[in-house]
Amino acid sequence: MDFFKRETDITFMAYRRQLAGFTVLLVAAAIAFLMIRGLNLGLDFTGGTLVEVGYPEAVELADVRATLDEGGYEDAVVQTFGTARDILIRLAPDVGQGDSLSNAVLETLRAENPDAELRRVEFVGPQVGEELAEKGGLALIYALGGILLYVAFRFEYRFAIGAVAAVVHDVVVTLGIFAGIGMTFDLTVLAALLAVIGYSLNDTIVVFDRIRENFLRIRKGTSESITNRSINQMLPRTLVTSFTTLLVLLALVFLGGELIRGFAVALIIGVLVGTYSSIYVASSAALALGVSKEDLIPPPKEGEDADEEQP
Amino acid sequence: MMNRYPLWKYVLVVAVIAAGCLYALPNLFGQDPALQISNAEGGTPTSEVRERIRDRLSADGIRVQDSEITDDHLLLRLGSPDAQVRAADELALALGGDYTVALNLAPATPEWLRGVGGQPMYLGLDLRGGVHFLMDVDVDAVIDQTMTGYRDEFRRQLREADIRYRDASVEGRAVHLAFVDAGTRDAARSELTSDYLDLEFSAETIDDSPELVATLSKDKQREVRDAAVGQNMTTLRNRVNELGVAEPVIQRQGLTRIVVQLPGVQDTARAKEIIGATATLEFRMVDSSNFPYRGDEDDPVPPGTERFPERDGGLVLLEREVIITGEAITDASSGLDTQTGQPQVNIRLSGSGGSVMNRVTSDRVGDHMAVLFKENQIQPRRVDGEVIREQVQTEEVINIARIQEQLGSRFRISGLDNSREARNLALLLRAGSLAAPMQIVEERTIGPSLGQENINQGIAAVAVGFLLVVAFMAAYYKVFGLIANMALVANLVLIVAVLSLLQATLTLPGIAGIVLTVGMAVDANVLIYERIREELRGGSSAQQAIEAGYGKALSTIADANVTTLIAAVVLFAFGSGPVKGFAVTLSIGIVSSMFTAILGTRAVVNLIYGGRRGVRLAI
Repeated sequence: MDFFKRETDITFMAYRRQLAGFTVLLVAAAIAFLMIRGLNLGLDFTGGTLVEVGYPEAVELADVRATLDEGGYEDAVVQTFGTARDILIRLAPDVGQGDSLSNAVLETLRAENPDAELRRVEFVGPQVGEELAEKGGLALIYALGGILLYVAFRFEYRFAIGAVAAVVHDVVVTLGIFAGIGMTFDLTVLAALLAVIGYSLNDTIVVFDRIRENFLRIRKGTSESITNRSINQMLPRTLVTSFTTLLVLLALVFLGGELIRGFAVALIIGVLVGTYSSIYVASSAALALGVSKEDLIPPPKEGEDADEEQP
Repeated sequence: MMNRYPLWKYVLVVAVIAAGCLYALPNLFGQDPALQISNAEGGTPTSEVRERIRDRLSADGIRVQDSEITDDHLLLRLGSPDAQVRAADELALALGGDYTVALNLAPATPEWLRGVGGQPMYLGLDLRGGVHFLMDVDVDAVIDQTMTGYRDEFRRQLREADIRYRDASVEGRAVHLAFVDAGTRDAARSELTSDYLDLEFSAETIDDSPELVATLSKDKQREVRDAAVGQNMTTLRNRVNELGVAEPVIQRQGLTRIVVQLPGVQDTARAKEIIGATATLEFRMVDSSNFPYRGDEDDPVPPGTERFPERDGGLVLLEREVIITGEAITDASSGLDTQTGQPQVNIRLSGSGGSVMNRVTSDRVGDHMAVLFKENQIQPRRVDGEVIREQVQTEEVINIARIQEQLGSRFRISGLDNSREARNLALLLRAGSLAAPMQIVEERTIGPSLGQENINQGIAAVAVGFLLVVAFMAAYYKVFGLIANMALVANLVLIVAVLSLLQATLTLPGIAGIVLTVGMAVDANVLIYERIREELRGGSSAQQAIEAGYGKALSTIADANVTTLIAAVVLFAFGSGPVKGFAVTLSIGIVSSMFTAILGTRAVVNLIYGGRRGVRLAI
């Protein structure tokens, strides 16, 4: 099977100005969502107590809420977790602490329905949440710094800026989408976000690698046409890899269980956003910054063993 | 001839994959229900104990499948979870308080595999159920306490040296000594400096009054902090042993945090009770008119006294009045008496504890003082044929020493038989109470059913995702797709093998990391194969296309993977818990997928197509 019998010839970069407008809009919308709606932060970040309760049969959320209200937990957030038999209850950190609280909550629920089974309890102090957020943010910044240095060293600083711009774009847009659809943002989603960086970067580097190779090999042609040609050459690979990754991620969404769903959804969003950004953010940015043949000279030994070359 | 690998490359690929299979193998064997029996006072249970236990259990009709003695415990493998629970209760009754019996799941890895270091993956709490606590140690309190101790010592020393001071106080982790004039201050400084090398003294003038400010040096501060956290960990470990939990994790995290993970424990209330339980120490005077005590357990005791068992058997009468409790101990260490060479334990008390000790012992030189150890323990008891577990307080006198002189905030206990006993006593004195107050900042409980569910779902997701990718690759790249699929299987085996070897904890995000690697691992092969197709389209021969495809894709693959690896390493360095778990599997996945996708597939491709002229590639 081969969907790409011939090399495609799409003039990707011809639309880069229009799409630059779209990208800016996208990022602005994401930031707006983040500022207005904010992220639905999970327990890991807010602190508080989370109690997951399983019932043998489906229960009405309204009933559970009413029971909790009577028991004195007016501000409890009650959600189903996967099925109507699994209920997730979140309590703000100021309601009380850990174990005695979860036992009390369970007792309140058991008074109404003795079959309620405690499946999971998590209590996280607010201080830990802050620390995690700080650490997560720091990790992000250090990761970006490391990437910037590596790409600048292996390619050229304009490519490095393009790569980092693409990464920042992916993170902001993915976060914006999370804020928009109101999905819980917890540590696993943070892990996913960092994986998105890895994935999107992978994509970007692969395209850059071909651009670099073509700059050094093709004598005629503008930067734009060479970039176009490179993206076209890499298109089959980009699509195949995105496709296999998405296959696995969809398996995770549908079969991996509730605890891992946020992770998988974040990655799916990230894969889509990341594929777009490697073309219309990374490559466009490198072009806009005026990357040209001369920037990549001195050239390495002709063609072969490209990994031996030094920038 | 093109595309022939030298023999060593084939050997390397085969060897790595064979090793991968070997070390991934233990995960297929599952686990045996087992009991872990450890000596409560440390030391290895002897083979004599093992025989006693075997006899005891066979008398009860419980068959022990296998038993082994490791460094610090005896492991009994039992046929079924039912036999395991029954045996645990029987043994706890038979062995009493000298041994701790813990339920355990021992890997059922065959002997020969264990011999070469084969172990199954270590599953995180989210996969097997249990409780997780994150405790924060209040180190500031310890430093304050230490400084208060110094203040009291300064006071006494200055008094003895006849240097007058106006005021001595602890403010912001420093001892402030105020003097009437600068001359006295300098005299005090030269008096104190030589005796306290851990402290930094500085002369300051605060509100026109000359002051001497003593602070802990950076090194000493770190030492105090580390000692406090370390001591709290020791205490926690002792207490967790009481719970009878096998494979508890007690780890330091960051500067002042301690992680406690108790797999299989569901009752958080009890876990917390024990973790927070206070084993206490009391210093009391021995009733001198009845020493040594000659009565027995049923005799009435004289008024004002209480009777306690001694550690090495026997009874002793102590006065009811408690001189000080373990809370007053700030440090205890074992050592040798410099003059006699006898083992001893050096004790340091807090300021207030020291002055009480000083007052009480001033007119009782020559009498005996006892250290009483009280501890809460869970012990089984037989009631009407049923075994029940209940909390009991055990009390025993761990040491009796003659008071040689009036004691202050620093004193020593001598008359110990050997250095081992001195070390144990010092440990008990330290472990009896926590060095610093602790607070639970995070607590998670995962039910065992949820843990099992997580595993099942994780495996299902990996399996389905894997099959989808495999089917697609075979359809899309034909023979080359099949080769890539072999690499994918090898990759999965290698990841499992490395995780097992490293004994890294596999968590739910870790499984996600593996799944993601499966999705992304094909990327290297996709890059290579697309390149080969390009070359073929460009008119290259089959052999040239293979050579060029692998050659040219290499730098791309290397660059792309190194950047992802950077992200993974940063995640590992800064992340905690789930983020770390994910980073570990991702990094392993990247490295192993590079190996299998580049070297591994090339070896197979060379075997099939290498050196053949006019061949058509099925790609």
